[in-house]
Amino acid sequence: MTKYDELTEFLLRLGDSALIQAQRLCEWTGRAPALEEEMGMMNVGLDLVGQARNWYEYAAERINDGTDADTLAFRRDERAFRNLLLVEQPNGDFAVTMTKQFFYDAWQFHLLTMLKGANDERIAAIAAKSLKEVTYHLRRSSQWVERLGDGTEESHQRMEKAVDIVWRFTFELVEKNDAELALSESGHIPALTELPEQWLATVNEVFAKATLTLPDAPNTFYLSARTGMHSEHLGTLLAEMQFLQRAYPDASW
Amino acid sequence: MQAGELITTDQQGRSGSEADIQQAYSVLEDVMDPEVPVVSVMDLGIVRDVSWADGHLYVVVTPTYSGCPATEYIETSIRDALQDAGFSHPKVSQRLDPAWTTDWITEQGRSRLKAYGIAPPVGSSNKRSLLSGITQVECPNCGSEDTEQLSEFGSTACKSLYRCKSCLEPFDYFKCI
Repeated sequence: MTKYDELTEFLLRLGDSALIQAQRLCEWTGRAPALEEEMGMMNVGLDLVGQARNWYEYAAERINDGTDADTLAFRRDERAFRNLLLVEQPNGDFAVTMTKQFFYDAWQFHLLTMLKGANDERIAAIAAKSLKEVTYHLRRSSQWVERLGDGTEESHQRMEKAVDIVWRFTFELVEKNDAELALSESGHIPALTELPEQWLATVNEVFAKATLTLPDAPNTFYLSARTGMHSEHLGTLLAEMQFLQRAYPDASW
Repeated sequence: MQAGELITTDQQGRSGSEADIQQAYSVLEDVMDPEVPVVSVMDLGIVRDVSWADGHLYVVVTPTYSGCPATEYIETSIRDALQDAGFSHPKVSQRLDPAWTTDWITEQGRSRLKAYGIAPPVGSSNKRSLLSGITQVECPNCGSEDTEQLSEFGSTACKSLYRCKSCLEPFDYFKCI
């Protein structure tokens, strides 16, 4: 059950995923294990907020009913969000946070690389811009997965546990989807058919260096970002993120 | 010409001349980046076009990073500076494509960054490979090449944090994108 046309839904999927991932990163403010890592996470978060805004602005123009980027971020309910289930999961420890970040970065990296060649010029421009930033994000999160996986006995165990916790939500990163197929057939975006294989190849490569075992392919289950059927964690995240704009609509300072 | 005269004439939709464009560029040379106040928007290469249309000056800027909090501040500074210089209602707009690259930072910008204690971007953004992006960064304080990266990300999105192993000073490196 979707409200908008396929292209707008696709833009929301990109924008919402970036925004929710950024909001999770912000939760580390003042609590990160090291100051440098805190700055790193905030910088990645900042890039993602900017990317979300670019996708939202395009989506808002298509919706064309007075909606703007802020409305999309702060005035929609849980069921209207199209972000990946992966990014709404709680941060857990640093290992869980970095595992989520790595899976998401690898997905963004390959997806944006493909979208850079989109016929839709706006999508191509946002993708090209974002990709530059995401290349850095992926480099950093890959390095952490390697360093923790191939680190001490405890860091290795924690990484394995993190993969156990997060892996089941990655089915969304490797599923084929009719809406996206239709978008590529109508010429808006390139075919994304190789995205699952490319994502998996990157994960495989980094896991090998990190001495981590790649789990079996994840099973699809009843939750789905595409229909707004989220896990229980998105609602509480939005309650915090949207509080100010909900309590004081159109507040500015 | 007095500033007031220009404002009146701009509102009447006068047509701009090459001299106006040149004047606008020289005004932009003095609009500084709020985070790194020694480099101007011209040094950073974020001003992509200055033109005259419909009786107004149009300036096109490209953001450095998608989430750079300074983008709007910079746009406002540009508008204010041009207005102070006598241009009436200058229009500042954003352009995403082609995406900004550190290759556009001018030589003057690079030497100003270095003098300010920030190592300028090394090499071209085209040659950087994804997972082997290790570059030799020269310490802006003592010139030594014996430096190490402390963190992929520094005090702002555009910088990473380094330390010089010769003079032991930490410093920011302007990342190559």
